[in-house]
Amino acid sequence: MDLNLTGEELAFRDELRAWLAANVPTDWNQWRERPLEESFPYLRAWQRKLHEGGWAAVSWPKEYGGRSATLMQQALFWEEMARVDAPPMVNALGLGLIGPTIIACGSESQKKRYIPKILSAEEIWCQGFSEPNAGSDLAGLQTEARLDADHYIVNGQKVWTSYGSFGDWCELVVRTDASVAKHKGLTVLLVDMKSPGVEVRPLRQMTGESEFSELFFRDMRVPAKNTLGKVNDGWNVAMSTLMYERGSYGARLHLIFKRSITRLIELSRTLQRNGRPVAEDPLIRQKLAQCSAEIEIMRFNQMRAFSRITATGVPGPEGSIQKIFWSELNQRLQQIAQELLGCYGQLLAGDPRAIDNGIWSYAYLRTRGNTIEAGTSEVQRNIIGHFVLGLPRSY
Amino acid sequence: MQFGLTESQEFLKNSARKFFAGECPSTEMRRLIETDTAYDATLWSKLTDQGYTGIVFPESYGGVGLGKIELMLLIEEAGRALLPGPFFSTVVLSGAVLDAVGTPEHKKKYLEPICKGEVRSTVAILEAGASWNPRDVQLNAVNGKLTGEKLFVSDAAIADFLIVVARNSVFVVDSKARGLKISPMSGMDLTRKLYVVEFSNTPAEELGPNVNLPRALDITTAALAAELVGGMQRTLDVTVEYAKTRKQFGKPIGMFQAVQHQCADMYLETESSRSAVYYAGWALEENAPDAAAAVSIAKMYCSDAARTVGNRGIQIHGGMGFTWENDLHLYYRRAKASETAFGDATFHRERIASMVIDSGRVSAKGV
Repeated sequence: MDLNLTGEELAFRDELRAWLAANVPTDWNQWRERPLEESFPYLRAWQRKLHEGGWAAVSWPKEYGGRSATLMQQALFWEEMARVDAPPMVNALGLGLIGPTIIACGSESQKKRYIPKILSAEEIWCQGFSEPNAGSDLAGLQTEARLDADHYIVNGQKVWTSYGSFGDWCELVVRTDASVAKHKGLTVLLVDMKSPGVEVRPLRQMTGESEFSELFFRDMRVPAKNTLGKVNDGWNVAMSTLMYERGSYGARLHLIFKRSITRLIELSRTLQRNGRPVAEDPLIRQKLAQCSAEIEIMRFNQMRAFSRITATGVPGPEGSIQKIFWSELNQRLQQIAQELLGCYGQLLAGDPRAIDNGIWSYAYLRTRGNTIEAGTSEVQRNIIGHFVLGLPRSY
Repeated sequence: MQFGLTESQEFLKNSARKFFAGECPSTEMRRLIETDTAYDATLWSKLTDQGYTGIVFPESYGGVGLGKIELMLLIEEAGRALLPGPFFSTVVLSGAVLDAVGTPEHKKKYLEPICKGEVRSTVAILEAGASWNPRDVQLNAVNGKLTGEKLFVSDAAIADFLIVVARNSVFVVDSKARGLKISPMSGMDLTRKLYVVEFSNTPAEELGPNVNLPRALDITTAALAAELVGGMQRTLDVTVEYAKTRKQFGKPIGMFQAVQHQCADMYLETESSRSAVYYAGWALEENAPDAAAAVSIAKMYCSDAARTVGNRGIQIHGGMGFTWENDLHLYYRRAKASETAFGDATFHRERIASMVIDSGRVSAKGV
């Protein structure tokens, strides 16, 4: 056990730090609060810049434009990005999930066709997985694809699609064989979102914004050569995509949470309660301390998980607790923020009296989604129960 | 960066697990807790032969010279077996205090016999106020003599000498010293006996000023958290096993999500506790600037988690979990006693608060 950075890790971090110091935009604050439709070109340019510096996809193999970074280096990447408050990468799904899946499962011509434009943000990708009747039970999805000569005819509906209204391409999971067990009749198609028969509707969520879309497909034609992996092997292809969801990306959460708790501690020194700073209230002190401690433990868990994967090549038992830990912690963190801010906690962005321009009321609502998106807490506990502890399957 | 055990650390942990399973199985543990002091000379000599009594102490005093992480691993395994008796009081607590506070002469005189397995000892800290803050200690020495009372002193009746924390200094009192009276307290934890220790003009040898005492207490606190991790792991293991075999409505109860999800939470709490303890061990070993914060994080989290894991384990065992015959309550009792020892979660949260709120210091080591 040695938690000091190795020479290689230090070199990686220092090179990145130097690059970020010279290249990270200084005007991000002017764009941050604007709707994505307005900031999209700005964010696209930022990703292109990262790509030109060789930093868009550090985890990818060198031959595909990455740096073949180790998990620890990937974690450092996200930490450094969070440290300088760098804007997000706009093709997040393409870089984080879909690109790696194409590299793992795609044909040579598919890799050549799609990979470079994912890196440069020339083509934005979205993910068509969940359906109104297939959430946790993804394999029950109903969108169907019927082969007609050298094309599939696709009909159905997807929901909770991030970047749906900006997507140029979509990794779409469809049912190609309804006569076999539900996991066995699925196929993944790479779909041009400009195809006739595609309709995208923004989905308004409880925060009031639309991060997600609904996708409707009516007799959409997709060339059969756009199949990713084998026909009827879509479950395995989709699972390999979801595996990347639990990668190093979580590393940046530590700094984001830490920034939140640091800000709350700062606020606790100036906000008054019963004639004295909230920072002197013993109950609030307890809660802030608990939260600070849990943020560190989240990081310790993460470091152990990375070390385990690095040593054994497979995600260890520690990995499966991350999702539950960070999502529930974030909810507790935002609840503490509300307790600390009192009546001011409810004020929305734009209200002249809102603290930090209403970020806390937004975050409070947004964190309800954390225990639902990317695998609900219930599904995560099923995974631990069955796959880690070896208890019999409950469903 | 590598946050996993090295091969030799894995080896130590596995051999300790085997050792405790072989030498201190549940039957032996239950036999020992029925005795007055839970001490067994044969078991002690085996612990000594393994090098466990000198594990973290310098070789010059007969120790093995391993690090704090190794100490955490050993104590975790002792905790898994619910090792009864004065091992923790002697090796972890007394050893850490002697190592931090004593002069080389003191170490030769007191630490070396601990390493060699020749003596048992303990440290008396608490008084009637039961505060873990060393500033609240009232007992004082006058002309090298102690008069007063210490409470909640673990394993005092089997100790060959007692280390006594006084207002500004730390003393050693021989168990045969005049004016020393040791009488039992009835504690919930049956594996670690507690005593009232009274001094009446009792001669005491001064070890040194207590400036270095906090570090010794931090090491002890982290090790106690490690012991809790072992107990949690054992509780989790037997509970999962029970959930797989116990059938109701024709199915193993572990198939029901109401049960399964509790097991998942026990796992999350146990693993998170372990991460916090290993980090604390590393921070102590490296003398990292955040070592004290890391210790408080670990003790805070483990204190709460051990209780919660115990609650869940007993609940899942149903009626069986409520019986005397089942070992779960013995772990549960230990967890409650350890929860308050060296500061409960509330105590350590306030300590963290004073670091992150009042001094503005952010806890863990940044990369």
